[in-house]
Amino acid sequence: MGSSEAGALKRTPFHDIHVALGAKMVPFAGYEMPVQYPTGITVEHKAVREACGLFDVAHMGEFLVRGPGAVDFVNYVTTNNVAALTVGQAHYSGILNERGTFEDDCLVYREADGLMMVVNASNAAKDFAHISRHLARFDCTLTDVSDEIALLALQGPKAAAILQPLTDVALGSVGYYHFARGTVAGVRDVIVSRTGYTGEDGFELYFPNAHAATIWNALMATGGVTPTGLGCRDSLRLEMGMALYGNDIDDTVTPLEAGLAWIVKLAKGDFVGRDALVRQKESGVPRKLVGFTFDERAIPRHGYPVFCQGAPSGMVCSGTMSPSLGTPVGTCYLPAGQTAEGTPFEVEIRGKRVPARVVKTPFYKQGSHL
Amino acid sequence: MANIPADLHYTADHEYVKGTSDPNVFVIGITDYAQDQLGDIVFVELPKEGASYGAHDTFGTIEAVKAVSELFSPVAGEVVEVNSALDGDPSSVNRDPYGAGWMIKMRLSSPPSDLMDAAAYQKHIGG
Repeated sequence: MGSSEAGALKRTPFHDIHVALGAKMVPFAGYEMPVQYPTGITVEHKAVREACGLFDVAHMGEFLVRGPGAVDFVNYVTTNNVAALTVGQAHYSGILNERGTFEDDCLVYREADGLMMVVNASNAAKDFAHISRHLARFDCTLTDVSDEIALLALQGPKAAAILQPLTDVALGSVGYYHFARGTVAGVRDVIVSRTGYTGEDGFELYFPNAHAATIWNALMATGGVTPTGLGCRDSLRLEMGMALYGNDIDDTVTPLEAGLAWIVKLAKGDFVGRDALVRQKESGVPRKLVGFTFDERAIPRHGYPVFCQGAPSGMVCSGTMSPSLGTPVGTCYLPAGQTAEGTPFEVEIRGKRVPARVVKTPFYKQGSHL
Repeated sequence: MANIPADLHYTADHEYVKGTSDPNVFVIGITDYAQDQLGDIVFVELPKEGASYGAHDTFGTIEAVKAVSELFSPVAGEVVEVNSALDGDPSSVNRDPYGAGWMIKMRLSSPPSDLMDAAAYQKHIGG
């Protein structure tokens, strides 16, 4: 989880709805956000795996890039190949610095008249400053619209059936990591994106703040939707082995170390961090992010010390008791050569070394979208 | 509104102490307020029978999905029974903290001190 900043916390346009529902509100990435509702994280987690949950993720940052140089600019400041995106398609990508390490991870959406970058709330201001440094070389504009755009994630195997009666977008024609604009609950020009952070089928809806209550209430009125908080968002994404900035990736690791070589397109031409990645590829990746479990009942947590062949090897990145599997799951970096499935190592929990072993991710293999 | 039974005693760390038919043996667990604050409890690590603790010693650990918390012994004494059912069903601490979700029974080695009654505990949690 991200850290809170000193001073007043920001609120999303759904704040009063969460409070009325009895949500436990916590500081997250400078926002006051719901970590869970009275039903609890386990019930919310299960609702997303089996039916449908609704997440307020309006804290996320959105940047619009417009102009003839938009594709070239975003291609230069991110790792994936923006030129390969068709209009109506999105992809997962990385924003690196010159050392080849992560400033952030992001989604990039391609529209006919420009691109949208969606970044982590905790990094949005930093990202904007970071990529702005390169803007002058490209014929395009960059606008931070984070404070104007609301974002809801409707996630679960029943998401499409629940959303379809409320929208004129033919959801069957919107493929995974594709999107369309249409009317949702009477609100026009909503971006309906078949994306998410849970491993389940689902949609992310982008629209102006003013329509927050209209869309939330229409979705809840279907009767099939459970309000779901950041607590289960974290356990759902971890079961899928999806990276969380600040836990699994940060400005000390490269995409090659994080198992994210698939979002790095070295052949697309120059981009920020490319030289460092080429050098690392030539010299060899020194460590890799792995998934692990314990055979005994203990729960790994972010920050617990890791020992590989007796030697200190950093700390646990993410860890929890998997609500779906009922087993401990975690991630950490291990030295190259020690990352094969089944490799034993140890995690120190309250002074005791607990035997761990490397397992393949995703931990949860039945997601409706893997 | 947290359930705070009038006949129990409480610590500032949200453990409760409940009498048994043996005047020297007490049941120890965490309060309704504590389980609500922790959220869904997924793991409770308890000591073995025969272990001895002083007042305020750590006797175990309780883990919720998002939080880890230590369990502090409200009294000085010896553990005479452990609720091993919590291994298989830690969520009973959420459902029934004063009943099925009890944690250990201790035989006192010295009289309890600095425990709160229900009214004082209510005030402690801001009720």
